[in-house]
Amino acid sequence: MEAQRKFIVPIGPQHPALKEPGHFQFSVEGEIVTGATVRLGYVHRGIEKGAEARNWTQNLYLFERICGICSHVHATALALGAERLAGVEAPPRAQAIRTLMSELERIHSHMLWLGVAAHEGGFETLFMYSWRDREIVMDLLESLSGNRVNYSVNLIGGVKFDVTEKHHDEILKGIEILEERTKHYLKVVTTDRTFLARTRGVGLMTLQQAELFGAVGPTARASGVARDVRIDAPYEAYPQFPVRLVTDDGGDLLARFKVRTRELFESYRLIREILNHMPPGELTTRVPRRIPAGETISRVEAPRGELFYFIKSNGSEKPERIKVRTPSLCNWASVTQVAIGHKLADMPMILSGIDPCFSCNDRMVTINRGSSSQVWTWEELRRYGIEYYRQR
Amino acid sequence: MDGQAGSPWQQALDKVRDWARINSPWAIHYNSGSCNGCDIEIMATLTPRYDLERFGVKLQGSPRHADILIVTGPVTRLSRERLLRIYDQMPNPKFVIACGSCGLSGGAFRGCYNIVGDISEVIPVSVYIPGCPPRPEAIIYGVVQLLESLKRRNAPAVNLPRQEGAPA
Ligand code: SF4
Repeated sequence: MEAQRKFIVPIGPQHPALKEPGHFQFSVEGEIVTGATVRLGYVHRGIEKGAEARNWTQNLYLFERICGICSHVHATALALGAERLAGVEAPPRAQAIRTLMSELERIHSHMLWLGVAAHEGGFETLFMYSWRDREIVMDLLESLSGNRVNYSVNLIGGVKFDVTEKHHDEILKGIEILEERTKHYLKVVTTDRTFLARTRGVGLMTLQQAELFGAVGPTARASGVARDVRIDAPYEAYPQFPVRLVTDDGGDLLARFKVRTRELFESYRLIREILNHMPPGELTTRVPRRIPAGETISRVEAPRGELFYFIKSNGSEKPERIKVRTPSLCNWASVTQVAIGHKLADMPMILSGIDPCFSCNDRMVTINRGSSSQVWTWEELRRYGIEYYRQR
Repeated sequence: MDGQAGSPWQQALDKVRDWARINSPWAIHYNSGSCNGCDIEIMATLTPRYDLERFGVKLQGSPRHADILIVTGPVTRLSRERLLRIYDQMPNPKFVIACGSCGLSGGAFRGCYNIVGDISEVIPVSVYIPGCPPRPEAIIYGVVQLLESLKRRNAPAVNLPRQEGAPA
């Protein structure tokens, strides 16, 4: 037999497919991918350590900027955690507004993803359409909060703005148009022949695999994993406005398209319900000036899956440690496995199938070997960073 | 380049080149450590509502085909090298647009240990677009400003060779 010839196709970090830097290496035999590795870290900024040098209010803004697509959930997770430490709870109206924003953000994120994934599949028309319609929800977000991205809704102990009558009508009208459009998209992704050829049976991940790789969010739900923090551990106003779980047993790209599109309908329903049953009352509650010492965790469902915060306060005005575990990072393992055996041309679709977001997954992870544990000071970490990149 | 700097041939050539460059500048986008917010707004400028392409601007995948480099975010230690490489690969004359507060000053991330600094500390920048993130209108305005200054032929000169030993 002829010696096996293996090629390695490097992609990135600057590449036209995804808008964010990530480096991939696919080893291929002919057209077929036999191995995949991901090199992340291009947008690692050191936010977690930076948080220790900022006070709680500043951190709300910093953490919101972990990721511009799901900015609201990051700030919410931090605010919820800090409120729990302080022993207060935001008033019901504030919680409802937070939930409303979360769902609007989910709509914006899923529509964005739909466009990007279609773009990867060479389906430019769908990309342009879905981004055009996404502007509707961007307008809603803007008229509510004043900014299109990074809305800064949260305060510790409440929210900053109210939803007025005018907003109410505006949102309902917007949602109606979007719902019509989403029906159309659902039809397109499930019936268009060329599109199905790119998605059906591609990137198959079984239920067992999904559990094994620790997939989260819509990626896991598309493999039949019934997991959603909004249902398993309701936060904000989700106890009053329960979410219906959306899953699919397909496990392939088509299922991911379907799950995300159907989640959009669920979001529309929730938004309507919240608007019609908006609890009256205050927007903020009094929070002690200093967050008391303690540790807590806080979990929320970001558009991409479970977002996990560990927060430790030492009673001073700055947090002692905040650890963030973002959904995209959990989903990477599935990509590198699922990619094997597919054509190189399917890679962009498979990559975008998990809705990757690099800015939130470039985190520092210390693998704990044995019992050695270390605490790094700011200076040490800085020096380590400089050294590390110098040696490369 | 052939021809004397002031020769009529050269002048005519320059004119044609300027005309071409102003009417169809090709841009490349690099995220040097941003939070994504600016990137999605850049994407939004290309989609039907804002449609940057009506100014002839096309987003291009390869640095070797691009005239304008749009950079978002502060520069992280890992992407610094890449940013320089992309910049070096672009043909002259090249222009850099720094997009977003982070790119201007480091923004919310200023002082984080993995941040080299803002974009102008690594490569020369001709247009700064403030905002966190800048609205698509602002991005379009920034690009148009650059094109205008090219028309007036007083574009902020940025073809300076980058300095070796820039802050690491
Ligand atoms: S300027 Fe704001 S939106 Fe843009 S990358 Fe920086 S933090 Fe994100």
